[in-house]
Amino acid sequence: MAKGVLVFVEQREGVLKSTAFEAVTLGKEIKSTIGGDLAAVLIGSDVAGIIPEISEQGLDKVYIANDEELKFYDGGRYAGIIEEAANKADPAVIIIVASSMGKDIAPRLASALGAGVATDCTAVEVDGGRIIVTRPVYAGKALVKLKFKSDPQVLTIRPNVFPVSRQEPNPPEVIKLEAGDRKEPVERVEHVKSERPELTEASIIVSGGRGMGGPENFHLTEELADELGAAVGASRAVVDAGWRPHSEQVGQTGKTVSPNLYIACGISGAIQHLAGMLSSKNIVAINKDPDAPIFKVATYGIVGDLFEVIPRMVEEVRKIKG
Amino acid sequence: MNIIVCMKSVPSSETKVKVNSNGKSIDETDIVYEINPYDEYALEEAIKIKEAHGGKVVIITLGAPTATQNIRKGLAMGADEAVHLICENIELADSAIVADLLAAAIKEMEFDIIFCGKKAIDCDNHQVPNRIAQLLGIPAVTAISGLELTPESAKATRNIEGGSETIPVDFPALFSAEKGLNEPRYASLPGIMAAKKKPIDERQVSAGEQLLELISLELPPPKPEGRIVGEGPEAAVELIRILREEAKVI
Repeated sequence: MAKGVLVFVEQREGVLKSTAFEAVTLGKEIKSTIGGDLAAVLIGSDVAGIIPEISEQGLDKVYIANDEELKFYDGGRYAGIIEEAANKADPAVIIIVASSMGKDIAPRLASALGAGVATDCTAVEVDGGRIIVTRPVYAGKALVKLKFKSDPQVLTIRPNVFPVSRQEPNPPEVIKLEAGDRKEPVERVEHVKSERPELTEASIIVSGGRGMGGPENFHLTEELADELGAAVGASRAVVDAGWRPHSEQVGQTGKTVSPNLYIACGISGAIQHLAGMLSSKNIVAINKDPDAPIFKVATYGIVGDLFEVIPRMVEEVRKIKG
Repeated sequence: MNIIVCMKSVPSSETKVKVNSNGKSIDETDIVYEINPYDEYALEEAIKIKEAHGGKVVIITLGAPTATQNIRKGLAMGADEAVHLICENIELADSAIVADLLAAAIKEMEFDIIFCGKKAIDCDNHQVPNRIAQLLGIPAVTAISGLELTPESAKATRNIEGGSETIPVDFPALFSAEKGLNEPRYASLPGIMAAKKKPIDERQVSAGEQLLELISLELPPPKPEGRIVGEGPEAAVELIRILREEAKVI
């Protein structure tokens, strides 16, 4: 009978993703109910230095594939390495973060293991050794509860949803894995030149909609974002109008986000947009139309002209930061 | 170039979801089904490749008989023929079943490229493309926003957090499309007329056992009543104070 939990801890270019701690913390909780080991699998080039960092989480084992050839992501190869770790660890549960890498890995791995995947979960409970997850469908307009029938049970978790707890460092047993064969290796990685955090990873997002009036006015949301260390987002209407790039779109055909704070500027709140940002912990709406649907989901609202309100917010944040 | 496009009919993104009294499915009354938006990018890319390199575009859809209407739309956009795997009540079925059924049908077909949308906007599972590729033993690049093509191979670009990565693959290969890959065309009137004569191969299929059991489907809990902090620019001062001292988010 499979036992324990295996967590894929994602790094890019030698830097561990902060969401890896969310996955490991969840793994620790599940392990406390189902028993067995808590193990992590780490893949990359020159990544051994990451082991002490994740060990603070109380891991029993770390499976590591550390090879120059694994510097860049290779979907089939990475999934094959995790499969190898799963064969060795024989876990009941495998946890992966629903990042762009995690979304690519999970179905490859699950298909190879004959396992089911619950994608982008926002809540997890354990019932008699089986995992029951809650996950949004219809882009968050409804929630399903699913119970696993497969072994192992593979879940991907939405970033920024599960809390992180740390505990005393506990040197884990380290098990080396082979690098596997080339499959579809990445040839080139290009970084967008931006000082701002990426939307799906940001804890604060400042988003603009049609009320911004035109592409020339988005310096306002950008200024506020920069003061707050926030990411910038946009509604579908402004992306479709070509005012902002698709990479900034929040909504059913854009990104789903769960920041601590979502500031919606000049966004009326079409159902398509709400679907993508409804799991934000605090929502601020700034709109001159007091009847805009965005106010129905907002935690805090200001009825007013965003061209006056946003600069005033920037000024206030600057004051606080002194 | 033989290209297969996996296409799904999904409730329009504007749909207001209502749950049936069984607590396991949505009320389909008044729902408008459209081509999954990401599949439209997939289909557009396939048609563009056919136009540049020649060949044939075949749509494959797994779904209820009502999906025929959207298959005709896809044919009107420029696909040549379609395979419709008719399967009732597959709506929120788990992706392993969907991929098994699609891969089994695709195995019998000739193809250089398979296109999918990166996900279906109803079940949001993000799994079918890679599961199909895995079952067929071919390379896959998911959520692509760019594709450079030669007759034997391609370089696909996918967006990642904070940038993009470029991946070369040889055919046969599978790609799943992200928004931004292209601008899907509208069906022309001659296209719509021609689509009526294009063949749709309808086959009955049945789903195998699910790996996940649906326990319940419900609407998210309503958001607690928000509060209007004030009107006009002066309210910004109070808002920032609240965000800092009460909500503690800045």
